[in-house]
Amino acid sequence: MSEATPNPWRRRALLGLPLLAAGGAGLGFWAMLRGLGTGSYDPHGVPSALLGKAPPDFTLPPLAGSDLPTLAAADLRGALARPVLVNFFASWCVPCVIEHPQLMALKRQGVPVFGIAYKDKAADALGFLARRGNPYTRLAADEPGRVAIDWGVYGVPESYLIDRQGIIRWRWAGPITEDTVAADLGPLLRRYSA
Amino acid sequence: MRRWLFALLVASGPAWALSDPAEQLPDPAQEQRARALGRELRCLVCQNQSIEDSDAELARDLRRIVREQVAAGRSDGQVMAFLHDRYGDFVLLRPPVNAGTALLWATPVLALGAGALLVLGLRRRRAAPAPAALTPAEQARLAELDRMP
Repeated sequence: MSEATPNPWRRRALLGLPLLAAGGAGLGFWAMLRGLGTGSYDPHGVPSALLGKAPPDFTLPPLAGSDLPTLAAADLRGALARPVLVNFFASWCVPCVIEHPQLMALKRQGVPVFGIAYKDKAADALGFLARRGNPYTRLAADEPGRVAIDWGVYGVPESYLIDRQGIIRWRWAGPITEDTVAADLGPLLRRYSA
Repeated sequence: MRRWLFALLVASGPAWALSDPAEQLPDPAQEQRARALGRELRCLVCQNQSIEDSDAELARDLRRIVREQVAAGRSDGQVMAFLHDRYGDFVLLRPPVNAGTALLWATPVLALGAGALLVLGLRRRRAAPAPAALTPAEQARLAELDRMP
């Protein structure tokens, strides 16, 4: 019995399709690695559910022993004089030490930075700020960590940029580095200050 | 010996991180519901564990929230919505069907379809049509060859 005449297109498809699939997969993989390198793709990042929304309704006590006013949702309602940064931190948090100089620099630039001490003892948080300097103009204590959950916080440090209308525009989970300020926070501050 | 091992296997249920009895609700039905909910919720810190399985502090806080709300008589949907509002789709271990996850959910169907096409193609090739009948010229030539001594 003889073979049917082979269809040349079929042969080409059989050869080409796997190559095409492999090429596509390679391209996807390359894009993923590139994203991991530049930080634009982070498979562990939890995207914030609050972007484009007002902060959750909350009140918190001031940090005991500090003379700074506390922070509540009412302080973040528009219209604000300028965009503000809300920063969750703790004295026990090592990356908070890394980001601290950037917060001090923002304070020098006149950006209001509001601090929320997350699951921290007041004395420890005060000691942390006394040793390293205090970048905050408002300071609240969330020792049970319940308000942080309302914000969708899943670790410290975590920061939220709130525009003049009182809308969350940016969330950064992890330390704010010089690169973060240059690439993200700086341009956003300029944009939302207008 | 064997019987003992078997009894041990039967007796040992799955081990949850929730070993602290103080965390559990007094009502076993409510506790059961809270566990079922917790198994559907991702621990944001360890990410591949549910909040029932995780020892992370945030997972413990979320377990407590789930139990408080279950005890307060809120429905499963309300509890899930509470956490979804705060942590988005990421907190759901079973991703919702939407435009962003369509490909994910369609993958089994697509894979099955591709396999079916492949099998069909192979079968069709095996059952290739019989070769065309001989032309009159070929038949004449064949007859001539047959006649040859």
